[in-house]
Amino acid sequence: MLIFGIPIQLFSTQIMLGLINGAFYALLSLGLAIIFGLLNIVNFAHGAFYMLGAFAALLLLEHLGINYWVALAVVPLGIGLLGCVIERFILRWIYDLDHLYGMILTFGMGLVIVGIFRNLYGATGLAYSMPAGLQGGYNLGFMYLPASRAFVIVASVLVCLATWIAIEKTRMGSWLRAATEKPQLTEAFGINVPLLVTLTYGFGVALAAFAGVLAAPIFSVNPTMGSDLIIVVFAVVVIGGMGSISGAILTGFMLGLVEGLTKVFWPQASSTVIFVIMAIVLLVRPAGLFGKQA
Amino acid sequence: MPEPSATLMLKVCGLEAWYGESHVLHGVDFDVHEGEVVTLLGRNGAGKSTTLKTIMGMLKRSRGSVKFRGRELCGTSSRHIARAGIAFCPEDRGIYSSLTVEENLLLPPVVAPGGMSVPEIHQLFPNLAERRRSQGTRLSGGEQQMLAIGRILRTGARLLLLDEPTEGLAPVIVQQIGATIRKLKERGYTIILVEQNFHFAATVADRHYVMDHGVVVDMMPNAEIGAHTEKLNGYLGV
Repeated sequence: MLIFGIPIQLFSTQIMLGLINGAFYALLSLGLAIIFGLLNIVNFAHGAFYMLGAFAALLLLEHLGINYWVALAVVPLGIGLLGCVIERFILRWIYDLDHLYGMILTFGMGLVIVGIFRNLYGATGLAYSMPAGLQGGYNLGFMYLPASRAFVIVASVLVCLATWIAIEKTRMGSWLRAATEKPQLTEAFGINVPLLVTLTYGFGVALAAFAGVLAAPIFSVNPTMGSDLIIVVFAVVVIGGMGSISGAILTGFMLGLVEGLTKVFWPQASSTVIFVIMAIVLLVRPAGLFGKQA
Repeated sequence: MPEPSATLMLKVCGLEAWYGESHVLHGVDFDVHEGEVVTLLGRNGAGKSTTLKTIMGMLKRSRGSVKFRGRELCGTSSRHIARAGIAFCPEDRGIYSSLTVEENLLLPPVVAPGGMSVPEIHQLFPNLAERRRSQGTRLSGGEQQMLAIGRILRTGARLLLLDEPTEGLAPVIVQQIGATIRKLKERGYTIILVEQNFHFAATVADRHYVMDHGVVVDMMPNAEIGAHTEKLNGYLGV
């Protein structure tokens, strides 16, 4: 069977791969968007935290025998906590300074973290053995769907959805939105904005670490895995519009799909297509697809 | 006029404040008794709004003394000042566009028992009940002002700082706000009101403090206001 002259097998496989990339784009750009909204900092260390998540899962498995399923919960908690500490003791000093300082500081932090891991583990990838429960797959008739891949997509959708609900529909989320919009007035109502900022940075970082754990069994674990991915994620964030929660999620999945489809129809362009879209969006709608026009 | 026995609620002494390098308050002194409605009058730039913000701890640099029920608040964070029982309604109303009307109303945390319930606030401002699901900034100017006042009534704070609640509103809405302030006074709230509209201020207040160039230059009880019209016009430049 053919779709647009392409075998359905190839077509659906690329759509699945696109959705998997989209799952990571969405998780990472969601974290970036939340952090940017409240802290006004573009977190250039985000890729490093994603890498840390993958390494933490690997090290926990090798040294302590802690399995993938436990790591999915424990690693984001631990790395999120690390994020809280970093916000409280490092980032807090630069809020009154120009944006550029936040960029340089987080970029530098990312380089240091990646550098340490490169020193310890070299630049070649390490393998994370496929966890029990994710081996095998489903024959859908028109394609074979490996369980590990299906799980990544489902887990990402669920976590993104839960985050969206927490921010848009709960009381705690209304505090976060309020603090993002008018931090000084929100503080004057008696809400602990500095604590909210710490938790938000920790949560954004935890999302990156969660993505890192998800990535461990399906990609190779190596120190530069985050740096490679994060460049595309920044393009996704620019396309979606800085600071929009639903925009970050939808754009992430959408661009993963676009990338996958480009692989089918014009493979040579697949690694550039996102940047071309970014350039067009910047020209036509500088605030991003879902961003509020200034 | 405050009763001689009335308890002092807020005592501001030698309050100074800066916006960056510019020194805007030069030693503000005034006091407010429990249950009183007091206004700060003065021309544009006299320091009235800044005084409210400084009491609320919202300026980076300030010094002097703000004693609330005997407790020194100057130098503490605005979060702690809110938690102590002072609530602020800013001049721009401070309605959040990313929150619905209901979320705006429920945003400020309860800091003390005895605040109004949501149904009571809806009874006071029926429009807010009808439009609870709208985006906060979709409300009309008058409705936004009601929301800005309504949301601080829930918290249990007994001292309300209202910064020009009638600014830019139609006369019929101004009357409604005036009626609300009188109702709040009946309920025992203490209110500091910053006003440009002196005629409005005279209908709700017990006493008026006149500010100029960052200091309080005069105080007059509302009852004696008729005798001082000329002096007051001089102060306010009308």
